[in-house]
Amino acid sequence: MTTAPVGHGTMLRKEDARFIRGRGTYVDDVTLPGMLYGAMLRSPYAHARIASIDISAARAHPKVRAVLTGDTLAGLNLAWMPTLSGDVQAVLATDKVRFQGQEVAFVVAEDRYAARDALELIDVDYEPLPAVIDARQALAEDAPVIRDDLEGRTDNHIFDWETGDKAAADEVFATAEVVSKQDMLYPRVHPAPLETCGAVAHLDKVTGKLTVWTTTQAPHAHRTLYAIVAGLPEHKIRIISPDIGGGFGNKVGIYPGYVCAVVGSIVTGKPVKWMEDRSENLMSTSFARDYHMHGEIASTRDGKILGLRVQVLADHGAFNGTAQPTKFPAGFFGVFTGSYDLTAAHCSVTGVYTNKAPGGVAYACSFRITEAVYLVERLVDVLAFDLGMDPAELRRKNLLRPEQFPYPSRTGWEYDSGDYPRALETALDLAGYAGLRAEQREKRERGELMGIGISFFTEAVGAGPRKHMDILGLGMADGAELRVHPTGKAVLRLSCQSQGQGHETTFAQLVAEQLGIPPDDVDVVHGDTDQTPFGLGTYGSRSTPVSGAVTVMVARKVRERARIVASAMLEVSPDDLEWEKGRWFVRGDQASGRTIQEIALAAHSDLELPEDVEGHLDATCVYNPPNLTYPFGAYVCVVDVDAGTGQVKVRRFVAVDDCGVRINPMIVEGQIHGGLADGIGMALMQVMAFDEDGNHLGGSFMDYLLPTAKECPSWELGETVTPSPHHPIGAKGIGESATVGSPPAVVNAVIDALRPYGVRHADMPLTPAAVWSAVQGRPLRTDLAIT
Amino acid sequence: MQVPAQFRYEKAVSVEHALTLLGRYGPESRVVAGGHSLIPMMKLRLAQPEALIDINDLHELAIISVERHVLCIGALTRHADLLSSALVGEHFPIFHDAERVIADPVVRNRGTVGGSLCQADPSEDLSAAFAAVRGEAVIVSPEGRRTVPVREFFLGPYQTVVDPGELLVQLRVPIRSSASAYQKVERRAGDWAVAAAGAELVLDDGVVADAGIGLAALGAPNFHAREAESFLVGGPATDERFAEAARIAAEHCNPIADQRGPEEYKRHLAKTLVTRVLSVARTRWHGLHSGEKAR
Repeated sequence: MTTAPVGHGTMLRKEDARFIRGRGTYVDDVTLPGMLYGAMLRSPYAHARIASIDISAARAHPKVRAVLTGDTLAGLNLAWMPTLSGDVQAVLATDKVRFQGQEVAFVVAEDRYAARDALELIDVDYEPLPAVIDARQALAEDAPVIRDDLEGRTDNHIFDWETGDKAAADEVFATAEVVSKQDMLYPRVHPAPLETCGAVAHLDKVTGKLTVWTTTQAPHAHRTLYAIVAGLPEHKIRIISPDIGGGFGNKVGIYPGYVCAVVGSIVTGKPVKWMEDRSENLMSTSFARDYHMHGEIASTRDGKILGLRVQVLADHGAFNGTAQPTKFPAGFFGVFTGSYDLTAAHCSVTGVYTNKAPGGVAYACSFRITEAVYLVERLVDVLAFDLGMDPAELRRKNLLRPEQFPYPSRTGWEYDSGDYPRALETALDLAGYAGLRAEQREKRERGELMGIGISFFTEAVGAGPRKHMDILGLGMADGAELRVHPTGKAVLRLSCQSQGQGHETTFAQLVAEQLGIPPDDVDVVHGDTDQTPFGLGTYGSRSTPVSGAVTVMVARKVRERARIVASAMLEVSPDDLEWEKGRWFVRGDQASGRTIQEIALAAHSDLELPEDVEGHLDATCVYNPPNLTYPFGAYVCVVDVDAGTGQVKVRRFVAVDDCGVRINPMIVEGQIHGGLADGIGMALMQVMAFDEDGNHLGGSFMDYLLPTAKECPSWELGETVTPSPHHPIGAKGIGESATVGSPPAVVNAVIDALRPYGVRHADMPLTPAAVWSAVQGRPLRTDLAIT
Repeated sequence: MQVPAQFRYEKAVSVEHALTLLGRYGPESRVVAGGHSLIPMMKLRLAQPEALIDINDLHELAIISVERHVLCIGALTRHADLLSSALVGEHFPIFHDAERVIADPVVRNRGTVGGSLCQADPSEDLSAAFAAVRGEAVIVSPEGRRTVPVREFFLGPYQTVVDPGELLVQLRVPIRSSASAYQKVERRAGDWAVAAAGAELVLDDGVVADAGIGLAALGAPNFHAREAESFLVGGPATDERFAEAARIAAEHCNPIADQRGPEEYKRHLAKTLVTRVLSVARTRWHGLHSGEKAR
């Protein structure tokens, strides 16, 4: 690993030098002269009418410069802001509070301490209202109406959405030999990036330019939204997303705190920093999942899967603020047919309001493919249980075959490429599947509980074709710009943004591979809207599929420009030149070549160029992906369960991922490690439950548990490579694969371990108490308070 | 960012000085040692003491020693030091068992034994461990020093007999020939206990001569299971009797349902864990007395 590859291959991350020295620059590291500090007052109630807000004492605090309330913002027409799902969300509450932790007032003070002190001086008179906590009660006749701010609203219904062919699915189910059904909950969880959300806003009153340093995964989209919402001219807005300490979808949307920091800067004329704390992050920012699912799977008696039928009740919280392509209200849940060859499928999703925080698409979920994969992989195991069939054998029998690709799915997706049986067999071999089953048999005889869980997932990432995919009208295409300096060093300007994915390394390697220069000679600029071309940002595993593609294309464009310059240097026709990594040479004369560095210098020199060539090698490009990419993988998890306590120990985890061509295998493996740990977290310990009054029961890291190294086995990774046919280097996204694929593997393993007790299903998280309760035949409702 | 309300800060240079400062600032002052409970509570503004009295420089309170057959553990002893003390492990392995599952190394490096007891969290492991081995707490005040059995140290959740103006300085455990063990069920490494149990056994020719059972997170009065202990003493150290003792312990504790589990489950854990720690203690006893005939 000492010599960096010229192009793709494992190399250490260029950005780590500053991170491991503590020299990164995160939003909270930004300090400006005269900067003030904001703090947010939040609702203690899940649902309450605001009778009055008295800010006089807070305003009288000697260090307080401004206090904002919903009324202040209403005067600026900013009390409500549009969400990414076409709803509106209160920036600061005016009429009611609708979830515990909702933003009520914003104090701007000379320091953080004074800002917090002043919050305690604000007197809000709340009239508590009954709250809707259990999503399954949201549509009840007598349920309180949460969104009475919306004209004519008489219930908590948001949308109905469906996909697939209902008639065809019903027909398959009517005649199927076997139908297995299961209700399952993918509980509300939180991505919990270690860096919480925040912003430093600075409106320069002289130039009229607003600069916002902020925790965003999509700086360009944010700039456009600020322009639309606040009515500021877009060229007078600069969004800087500096080093970001994890995003996982938590930093896609715009939060009230950001808007308040901007307004705070406008009213005080000073830069204003607002940085939320851990509890604020967990309680009020974009959650994930909260899908109450009913699944049905039809098959023949010998295990040929025929169809799927699914109904989902989706808890969207108090405002419909999910971040996904606008035409997909249930995200990409429509990919729920998974990796299987079946005859018909249908799914319907109903979205409802509850008195909980808004959000819903986060935590590396690939726009809800996490929920979809969990559903189908659990259903397949439930079917295996009912048929008395080995779950590996059942999958083997039903996986799509290589010759079926590109595969048009029953719900309208076109899977680009895949060799599923190869991935499954690779994983089973790595795990020593037959041996594990033998060991399990022996252990069961001794009364010990050991479980083996399999999941096979198909992801759909790299949104997306702008014809189908946009966010509030902004098509999901990405730009890139590549400059080559006279000495052959390069600067790549990207529209996407890194929250820890290693873009500064990977994207330099993409350019290096195309131009044949060392990755260290390529500087990657990202996260600053004044410095980079437009694009939709980093989430949904889209960086490599979309920005990676445009990077390759812009580098190839530079290479073609270099060809013209080289032809002038060598006085031959461009057609007579041949490329080898790092140089153009005259075909048939190896010694004749010019390196990219020589060509770059010549491009800036007095060399006479063909008439229509203006000099320099720089190029820009925009990439509109023709399709998503479809990474996939096969996971095997082995657990031991303590029959006396219900504690689950993940003993082994085998993950075989196919994400097409790997640019930097080390970074790919790092992403997989992280996602697998996430999966263990979700499967075994993470949940945001609420009591009947709507109190959040997971508002700190004491109650909302992140997995540690002690819960993680030494990951055993394998790979297969099936290139994407439409991506310029055959790469697919990888950022979310493991988060999507691992939870069902862990759950399937635990349920398998509990087989001697006849347990067929239990909802996540499988805490010791949940496992024990499942064994007792009284499974827990994990989304509610345990009583 | 979480920031505390304003408070005064004083650094004590001696136990006497600490007591003087406690007297000066009164009941609204708090002693800070490791700070792993107090500081987060202050940042969340759940605690707003007017003054903090920092005792971290009182190195004389951080000593582990044996004095006249009594294991003496200074109140300022860090969890990590209790865990690494061979002396402690030799006489009372229960403390090493417990320390291995208390929080994480970062917390253990700073958090203190005395702080843990004074916090009196109902889930605190060391409270149960000291209750199991019948430790004593040494408390000083300007008037002098008093010794209180750990089994009488707690007045309720987050409440102890240490008055404002007093300072816990030492924990003492009389050394005798015994074997002990501690086990905990947690949702994740570093989590507070779902339930935990510790046991100390003294056997005499297969008969239980003395028994101590500590329980954490189970609502046991003063962290121990008196009825189960009484049942065990005088009877044979058999699996059946251990199981019955565990059943009695489970019956007499008073766990409450929370996100760690329903009451019924916690009672089940009380039974399981008491059985297990008694069994481990018995095995350790036989390991120490391998010359004797096993059971």
